[in-house]
Amino acid sequence: MSKTLFDKVWDAHVVRKIEGGPDVLFIDRHLIHEVTSPVAFLGLRNRGIRVLYPERTFATADHNTPTINQDKPVQDPLSANQLKALEENTKAYGIRHWGLGHYKNGIVHVIGPENGITQPGATIVCGDSHTSTHGAFGAIAFGIGTSEVEMVLSTQCIMQPKPKKMRITINGTLGKGVLPKDVALFIIAKLTTSGATGYFVEYAGNVFEQMSMEGRMTVCNLSIEMGARGGMIAPDQTTFDYIEGREFSPKGADWDKAMAYWKTLKTDDDAVFDKELVFDGSEIEPMITYGTNPGMGIGITSDIPDAEQVEGGKATYEKSLGYMGFHEGEAMVGKKIDYVFVGSCTNGRIEDFRAFASLVKGKRKADDVTVWLVPGSHVVEEQIRKEGILDILTEAGFTLRQPGCSACLAMNDDKIPAGKYAVSTSNRNFEGRQGPGARTLLASPLVAAAAAVTGKVTDPRTLIQ
Amino acid sequence: MAYDSFNILKSTAVPLPIENVDTDQIIPARFLKATERVGFGDNLFRDWRYNADNTPKADFVLNDPTYRGKILVGGKNFGSGSSREHAAWAIYDYGFRCVISSFFADIFRGNCLNIGVLPVQVSAEFLERIFAEIYANPDTELEVNLPEQTVTLLATGEKESFEINSYKKGNMTNGFDDIDYLLSMKSDIEEFSKTLPL
Repeated sequence: MSKTLFDKVWDAHVVRKIEGGPDVLFIDRHLIHEVTSPVAFLGLRNRGIRVLYPERTFATADHNTPTINQDKPVQDPLSANQLKALEENTKAYGIRHWGLGHYKNGIVHVIGPENGITQPGATIVCGDSHTSTHGAFGAIAFGIGTSEVEMVLSTQCIMQPKPKKMRITINGTLGKGVLPKDVALFIIAKLTTSGATGYFVEYAGNVFEQMSMEGRMTVCNLSIEMGARGGMIAPDQTTFDYIEGREFSPKGADWDKAMAYWKTLKTDDDAVFDKELVFDGSEIEPMITYGTNPGMGIGITSDIPDAEQVEGGKATYEKSLGYMGFHEGEAMVGKKIDYVFVGSCTNGRIEDFRAFASLVKGKRKADDVTVWLVPGSHVVEEQIRKEGILDILTEAGFTLRQPGCSACLAMNDDKIPAGKYAVSTSNRNFEGRQGPGARTLLASPLVAAAAAVTGKVTDPRTLIQ
Repeated sequence: MAYDSFNILKSTAVPLPIENVDTDQIIPARFLKATERVGFGDNLFRDWRYNADNTPKADFVLNDPTYRGKILVGGKNFGSGSSREHAAWAIYDYGFRCVISSFFADIFRGNCLNIGVLPVQVSAEFLERIFAEIYANPDTELEVNLPEQTVTLLATGEKESFEINSYKKGNMTNGFDDIDYLLSMKSDIEEFSKTLPL
């Protein structure tokens, strides 16, 4: 029977099917961090059980870590306590841990691919909804809750009903200044934040085929923002070239065996999806959000829609615009910006900093804007230096912070103050997400760069050659 | 760990007719720093419930003594966003045992089921009826019957059935959890791991 890419990977990991219930799914790789793991380890301790396959779990500290002075003790006692708990738990159970200060430390969804932990055909979970990022490699990857973290630690399995399948195909040529982030925000705006709930998405078409791995990761990362459990892209030569030679990638004969298998991981021609959507890539503009969920995005030159034009209740829409301090029919271009944040598991990779630098090169940071540039990992940070990007940034008046999730969820001190506007390359513009009262406009690194040098929402196409 | 079993819940309900309530609203990230599962109810809907100076916001429903009960009724697409199970813990710790909405986000729904909070999905029309009844009479009671898979407005007898897979239903009614099940099949899992393609 014909199968989709998703079917092939899922079916290869079903240990048991429960009648009228979920599938018991074997998990190849498990990523953990300091915030959603402590209670799971507590559960193991209470039950008196061990970790079944400690070598399949990888730990990093990222969510609440500071992005300055990482060599000094963490000031916030609660954060310090969580970091200590992760260190102790991973030590007690024999799990590899790249904690704060380790040269491999960074955002969990940046370091997985960077180290070759993320591979095609694998099942990957983490107590973080943006685990969908790893689907860029043709893996089934999704976020789980802490009870499920405990399940994976203790049995390397979780119990999940098999989701429905959706394919989103985009062909055509992307316009000038249109980045993978814009493609993702465009799709989410079309589907709304619940449009893919219950589905696992496969992205297909030449737009995704031509994307770098970094771009594919940005797209798959944002799958959760339309409600999908995850998104995936069939592995191809771009994928294999990225993986080859990384620390946990297969080597020698194992590599040949893996390649032979990975090449089978694509949707059969006559496989059927529960839902198919097709968009034209040339229609996509640089995007920006104006509301309090990632589905509230528009082309940057568009006006904020009227309540009647959007799906959902008027009261919810008005509450959202009220929080943002925006009104129906207003233009986004020209709105004054207080902060710019470049980073996160969505856009904290080398390509994002290349894009940002390409626009700010030879320009100056706007005086009244605070800009936080936060690489996704030490490896990204190192690459920024090596490629001369840091010199461009410094010349233009910017500084670089140290890796971590930072202002994306503002668990550390990187909080946007109440009422202030931030153009952010992260993934969520929910009320208070970047700090209590903070107002977030989600956008690409190019739109962020344009805001950083002009101090307002600016169409980046007016600033690039 | 096993949790309280859930069979028939009869209670008044708290209305929150807002759509797309995300888990950052249910519990903001800055309250996720505990290493034990205690006290999360205090910060349930923190920024909707309290001002910056920690004084209660009078117009938020949890601060209005008119509305109370073990059932929370939310707008469409409840629980979207972050996978933080802390959101479900906060709801449980505050005293809710059931959330009713016309649509739930996947991860949140799963997290609720894993800790003993029953997510009940009803039609948009029935959700409107429930809100209307609660607003007309805050003392009105709902009955959520898990064995029968029904939710009933007791004052009028209006009833709707809801879906739940039989495995999860069994877990909820007995207070079992998935880990107990998975641990019981550990040898199967170990055998299976030898058959993986890579």
